[in-house]
This record gives sequence, C-alpha cells and structure tokens, in this order.
Amino acid sequence: MFSLITKTLRMAKCKFADAFKEEREKSGIGKMDDQGDPVVMLLNHKDVRKAAHNYKVFSSEAVPGRIVVPSEVNIRTTRQIPFEVDPPMHKEYRSLLEAWFKRPLQDTYEEKLTTIISTVLDDVLSKDKVDVVSDLALVIQSRALTLLLNVPFDKSVKWISWGTHVFRSEGEALDGDKAAILYNYIDEEIDNAIANPADNLYSTLLAAEVNGKKLTKEEVKGVLILTFAGGRDTVINALTNMMSYFSANKKALDYIRSKPEIIKTAVEEFIRYFSPLTHMGRVVTEDTTVCEHAVKADSRISLCWASANRDEKVFENPDEVILERKVNPHVGFGFSHHNCLGATHARQIMRITLKLLAEKVSDITVLEAEENIENLGEFTRKVGYNSLKATFKKR
Amino acid sequence: MAKITFITSSNEKITVAATEGSVMELAVNNNVQGIDGDCGGVCSCATCHVFVAPEDVDKVGVASEIETDMLELADDANEYSRLCCQIPVTDAIDNVVFTVAK
Ligand code: HEM
Ligand code: HEM
Ligand code: FES
Repeated sequence: MFSLITKTLRMAKCKFADAFKEEREKSGIGKMDDQGDPVVMLLNHKDVRKAAHNYKVFSSEAVPGRIVVPSEVNIRTTRQIPFEVDPPMHKEYRSLLEAWFKRPLQDTYEEKLTTIISTVLDDVLSKDKVDVVSDLALVIQSRALTLLLNVPFDKSVKWISWGTHVFRSEGEALDGDKAAILYNYIDEEIDNAIANPADNLYSTLLAAEVNGKKLTKEEVKGVLILTFAGGRDTVINALTNMMSYFSANKKALDYIRSKPEIIKTAVEEFIRYFSPLTHMGRVVTEDTTVCEHAVKADSRISLCWASANRDEKVFENPDEVILERKVNPHVGFGFSHHNCLGATHARQIMRITLKLLAEKVSDITVLEAEENIENLGEFTRKVGYNSLKATFKKR
Repeated sequence: MAKITFITSSNEKITVAATEGSVMELAVNNNVQGIDGDCGGVCSCATCHVFVAPEDVDKVGVASEIETDMLELADDANEYSRLCCQIPVTDAIDNVVFTVAK
C-alpha cells in the first residue's frame, strides 16, 4: 500500500538504512503529500505509541481506505474490520477474532507449519539458484495462510499464482482492477462457505454475532480482505529480508544453530530492524499538536513504526541487528488497540523458518537483488526486495 | 527454588516452582490463563501484565523505565502492575503472589 516502486539493480548488501534519522532528531515529524491528502508522519517512538493509544484524537474509523497511505479511498468502499473501527466497537470485533488468531500456538498447528516450511526449504535446497521472493517467501506465506484460515492446502496454488503483485501493476501504486481479483475471490469463497459450512475462518465469521446480531456479508468480507492483504507483503518482506541478512552475515546461521534458544529474541529483532510495515495513518478528530507541531481536525497523521524502531532514545545501537537484544520494545507489529492480529501467526512462521534454516542450511549467498524502495515524500526507504536471486547450500 | 502463585481472572489459583527463567516463561509453560507472552519476553507486547500483591512489592522490585513507559499505556495498569517477562525467577521472589491482569 505504499508509493511507487523504483527499481535498482545491484549486488545486495543487507543494509536497511534508517531513512528517518535526520528528521527524527531535528523535528520529530516528516511530511508527505498523498493524492492531495497530505500526511504528517510521527517519527519518535514515544509520540508513535502515544498517538496509537489515543484513538479518540487519532482515529482509524474514517472513510474506508483513508488511514492507509497511499490512500485507498478511490479503490474500495469495504471497511476493513477490525482495522478501520475505533473502540469500543473495535473490541467487540477483536474479541470475536482473538481466539481464532491464537491457534498458531497449538501443537498441531505448529507441526503442520513445520512440515510446510520444511518442504519449501528442501525444495529450495534441491535447486541451483532460487528467487527468494517468489520461490521461498511467497510460497511459505501462501501455504501457511491455509492453516490460518483452516482451508484445504490446494487453495494456496491459486494464491501463489497471483504472484507478489496481486494488487499492483508496474509503476502504479494502487490498482483497482487488481484489487478486484482479491475481492471477487473472497466473495466467491464466502458464498461457498454459506452453501457448505465448514470449520474454517469463513464459516466461523458467518456464524459469529456482535451485540446479538450476525455479522453481515460485508463485515465478513472486511475481515477476510484484511487477513489476505495485511499478511501478504509483510510476511514476504520479513522472510526475504531475513534471508538477505544471512547472506551478509555468514556466521549468523552457525551461531543460531549453536544457540537455538535465541530464536525468539532474534525474530523480534528482525521485525524491529526490518519493520515490514513502514507506517499506518490515522485521521485527526480535533485541532491538536503532535511533537509540538499543529495538526488540524480532519487532516491525516501517520504512525511511523519503522522510524520509531530506530529511535536512539529507546534502542542502543539502533542500526545494528543484535540477535540477542533482551529488551526490545519495538512497534513493528503496531501498538495498543490495533496491534497486529496476525502477529502470532507471523511470529510462528519466522521462528520455525529460522529454526529449520539453522538446522538445514549452511550458507545463503545472494547473487542479484532488485530492491523495493518506497517513496514517502521527502524520504525513501528500502522495505524489501522485488526479487532476490540466491543460492542455498545444504548443511 | 522459588514457589510462585498466579491468580487468574477466573479466580483459579496456580502454584508452581522454578529455579530459572522469567516469571512470564513460568506462567506460559504452566498454561496460566491470561499470560500469553507473545513477544517472547522482550518487553514489546504487554501480554504478560500482572499485579504484584502489595505485600510482595519489595521482594519483586521496581520496573525499569522502558517497562514503565510500556505500562503507562497498558489497559488497567496501576501501581502494582508489572510485565512479568521482566521479572527473573530467583530465590528472592519465593512465595510471591501475582494476579493476572486479564
Ligand atoms: C483491502 C485491504 C488492502 C489492500 C487493497 C491493499 C493494497 C495494497 C497495494 C495496492 C499494495 C501495493 C502498493 C505498491 O505497489 O506500492 C500493498 C502493499 C502493501 N500492503 Fe496493503 N492493502 C491492504 C491492506 C493492508 C494491511 C491491513 C496491511 C498491514 C497491516 C498492509 C500492508 C502492506 C504492505 C506491508 C505492503 C508492501 C509494501 C511494498 O512492499 O511495497 N496492507 N497493499
Ligand atoms: C511480519 C509480518 C507482519 C507485520 C510486520 C505486521 C504489522 C502490522 C502493524 C504495524 C499493524 C498495526 C496497524 C495499525 O495500527 O493501524 C498491523 C495490524 C494488523 N495486522 Fe499485521 N503484520 C504482519 C502480519 C500479519 C498477518 C500474517 C496478518 C493476518 C493474516 C495480519 C493481520 C493484521 C490485522 C487484521 C491487523 C489489524 C488489527 C486491528 O485493527 O485490530 N498481519 N499489522
Ligand atoms: S512477554 Fe511481551 S512484554 Fe512481556
């Protein structure tokens, strides 16, 4: 959901620079225009957390699509749930969903996810050269999503065939026609679930009630779109970027293999350092100030997770990946009411992938990289790769 | 060896013992309801929020600045709040009682 993709072809170093450092230290805010609806970006960790908490002044419940940057108001009318709903209603929806989204902690889920990831890694190891984005990250993400929705494994074939560009066409940030592929698909799957109820997320949502009323089809759709869209590029970037890290830090795989107990802190550190979701908007409901800067009612701000995660006032050596960082109050999964609902699933994917990598792989070497650079007004930020060609060696 | 008691929001009392790790890990390993420990204990998720029994506050000690900042924005936090991933299990906290926040 970000701005234009520019392409740079060069040999990869795993360097994810802090795009916001100068402005964060100078003024604490950044500014960007977005289709005539400008955004004031909050860059300090403290300001980001406070604003995320203060939903009354910084609301998620604007016209659907407006809290997303670039704005999606022109390409959709469906409200994403619970993402574009403020408390107290937000909590009603969240409590419906929370138990389902904690399933990744169950032993059987973990076992199935391990099988999925192990199979993909074995396949990658059997090839001379792979594209990490399309041969590894996209495949793991799509197959893992069948577990989260509890639908047949075959469903992932279609999701993989959409490629990483399901919502975008070359050079265009937002593409309504492409988004329609997803919308139509979800409509069909909801109709299927109405005709043949099963123990999956579709049917669970269709049967669910909020305040004594069944969710409407539109509401069910709002939840599912978010599950597909929010968990796609984020997970793909997190996995791909982690592979590029191992190519640039050759000793790290051995180190993790010798100390598997650091896997959890390592995953949190990767989420902090890579911040797969750069920022998310809010609409200001009354004239106020952010970081001593006046903002008007009905204007937009954004909570810049990526900047907050490099705030030197909170993190020592913020630009270094410290796999054993013990205290790491990152906001990579957001903060407060809207913190990431898919985080349990995403963390399990990352942890299991890391564990299996350390067990199975002795070396990852990047051959060719095409970076995915976001343009955010005065800032440019590398969020991941459009493609990352690499070799994987068996242990 | 420290013996620690958790009281959950459904008023279940669970007493367990350990010699190492954090109080969050102890709770998660014993399936204490309401302590999820999502972030694995790095002070980023607040899903390990507990209230320390008033008489145990001295034994448990105080929160660091980073933990305090986190708690400041947590639901229903009060002066007895702690994120229990930040409390190591040691003999010093033997017989302490924690009430789970949610
Ligand atoms: C209906 C729901 C959504 C739609 C239609 C949508 C649409 C898009 C589009 C069009 C892009 C490509 C932008 C580009 O090429 O520059 C994109 C990328 C992305 N979206 Fe969304 N989005 C949705 C929801 C979400 C949510 C809820 C999240 C996270 C919580 C999210 C996270 C991302 C991320 C991280 C990217 C990757 C940016 C990049 O790699 O360039 N999306 N989305
Ligand atoms: C590494 C991967 C991921 C990252 C970094 C990430 C990041 C985020 C962030 C920063 C937010 C907060 C947005 C806000 O405050 O407005 C968020 C919300 C959300 N994410 Fe994720 N996400 C990831 C994976 C996923 C996955 C796998 C799913 C589901 C399949 C998902 C579903 C959601 C949903 C539903 C919300 C909205 C929660 C609410 O409004 O209550 N995310 N995510
Ligand atoms: S376990 Fe995440 S803050 Fe304690």
